[in-house]
Amino acid sequence: MGAVAAFWVLSTITVGSALAVALVRDLVRAVVALVGSFLGVAGLFVLLSADFLAVAQVLIYAGAISVLMVFVIALTPRGARDNSETAMRWPALALAGAMTGLMTTVALVAHWGPQVKEGLTETAAAIGEALLSRYVLPFEVASVVLLAAMLGAIVLVREE
Amino acid sequence: MRPLAPWWDIRDLGNAVGALLEWLADVGAPSWLTYVVSSLVGMLALLGWALGSQLFFIWAERRLIARMQVRLGPNRAGPFGLLQPIADALKVLAKEMVTPRGADRILFWLAPIAVVVPAITVLAVFPFGERMVLADLNVGVLYLAAISSTAIFFVFVAGWSSSNKYSLLGAMRSVAMLISYEVVQVLALLSVPIFVGSMRLGDIVAWQRDYNAWLVFLQPLALLGFIIASAVEVNRTPTDIAEAESEIVAGYHTEYGGIRWGMFQLAEYIAGFAVAAVMATLWLGGWTLWGLEEWVPGWVIFLAKVYGAFFLFIWLRGTLPRLRIDQLMGFAWKFLLPLMLLNTLLAGLEVLVWRETGAPAAVVLPAFALGNLALTGGLVVGWAVLLGQLRPERRPARPLLVRELGAIYYRPLEEAREA
Repeated sequence: MGAVAAFWVLSTITVGSALAVALVRDLVRAVVALVGSFLGVAGLFVLLSADFLAVAQVLIYAGAISVLMVFVIALTPRGARDNSETAMRWPALALAGAMTGLMTTVALVAHWGPQVKEGLTETAAAIGEALLSRYVLPFEVASVVLLAAMLGAIVLVREE
Repeated sequence: MRPLAPWWDIRDLGNAVGALLEWLADVGAPSWLTYVVSSLVGMLALLGWALGSQLFFIWAERRLIARMQVRLGPNRAGPFGLLQPIADALKVLAKEMVTPRGADRILFWLAPIAVVVPAITVLAVFPFGERMVLADLNVGVLYLAAISSTAIFFVFVAGWSSSNKYSLLGAMRSVAMLISYEVVQVLALLSVPIFVGSMRLGDIVAWQRDYNAWLVFLQPLALLGFIIASAVEVNRTPTDIAEAESEIVAGYHTEYGGIRWGMFQLAEYIAGFAVAAVMATLWLGGWTLWGLEEWVPGWVIFLAKVYGAFFLFIWLRGTLPRLRIDQLMGFAWKFLLPLMLLNTLLAGLEVLVWRETGAPAAVVLPAFALGNLALTGGLVVGWAVLLGQLRPERRPARPLLVRELGAIYYRPLEEAREA
């Protein structure tokens, strides 16, 4: 009962904020709505007993990605700060339409019946062990990619 | 965990709440009611504690700082000025809240509310006693890092929506400080789960009690880094460049007045208590004190540690001058970050050595403590000398008058040049 109510409240927050991101004209308001959406998703993770993912969602998305967006907005010229008309409008609409079609197909095809599986209690330990044993190569590749991105950024902006 | 004691056993207030919940279950209340009641009791207790401590510390901080600066401080309202915070609170409630003409009204209204939420939410995971914890999450340490970083975003929103250049400068400064010092803070926090093997705050306290070893002895460098990084994050004076009065009026809350300004002040204070509680839980043994918790209530010990840690921040504020923004940024990236990375590596190595050799804790832990203490001193001084931050030959000798009389003596400029 309580979980169902929480699910609907969190889904409303997530979807409502996501809609606001697309519809609001002011970019800073859009980022604030985006943070609301991230927090709603974190709540949904909590409902699924994925507490590590929920906290990581708050740390990385609500805490760090939002700050990244803030820098993007602050470094954008004032004229481009509203959600104005751009040439990318039709490609974006096509992409959004394709995504909607894909999601709808998945939702229709998926088996929605209840499934009985043993729940995880300590997800953090399980994720850590999986990352450092079976999936150690993707983990290391990701860290190398991030390092390369950081070095690239430094090289790009360095004054000679 | 020990069985539930009778409700009047105030060594752990969780006993009383547990008794209340059992009584509720006995009279046939549905399970959701017990859930709601236990959460409500926990939340109201935390909120009451935070607000009460804040009221007291507004007075205590002003008096203490006044004492350090050879002033009197607030001493008019009530005995010793004790009623001053209440008068201040009433004044803040009664003042007009002005919204600037060019402001983004929605965000301007939202920011002071949103900034308080993470400050209060973060209190939920601290174990005040064995049973006195609202939510003992198994990702507790990560939760602390995650929640405390979200407040900064709303600080930015406040500065942005004010439509004032000083507000925006303060907001950008606080964001820049966050991305510099959060790395340091998370690395400092990381060393504790490495040693304990768990991110649950209850486990961390239990580990320190089992081994009779507070982590401050094993990880002094991490605590040092955490204190500095969190002083920056809660915007207290040596590092409060986001609201530096002498440079940018009042930073991100320049345009805020009345209770909206009060909300920022509230959030800042509660975040300060939260940081002190992190120090008390992770490094200073939480609610334990080498067996004394059997006789003295654990929450009294915990609160004593929290207030002691908070006093450290007051002390710093009364002692040190404010840093410049480039000094603060350089300090994070050039000084603290390499030390914290090294410390993380050392903590990992030590745990590995301990686990692989299987040596008894009574031998290993004192060795680690001594080694880490020596390394901390050596690294801090050595790295500072290497960076040219510390020049021992330039430290002025204490003048005779200061030694003899305790008086303050300023050396004339000419004499300083000759020396």
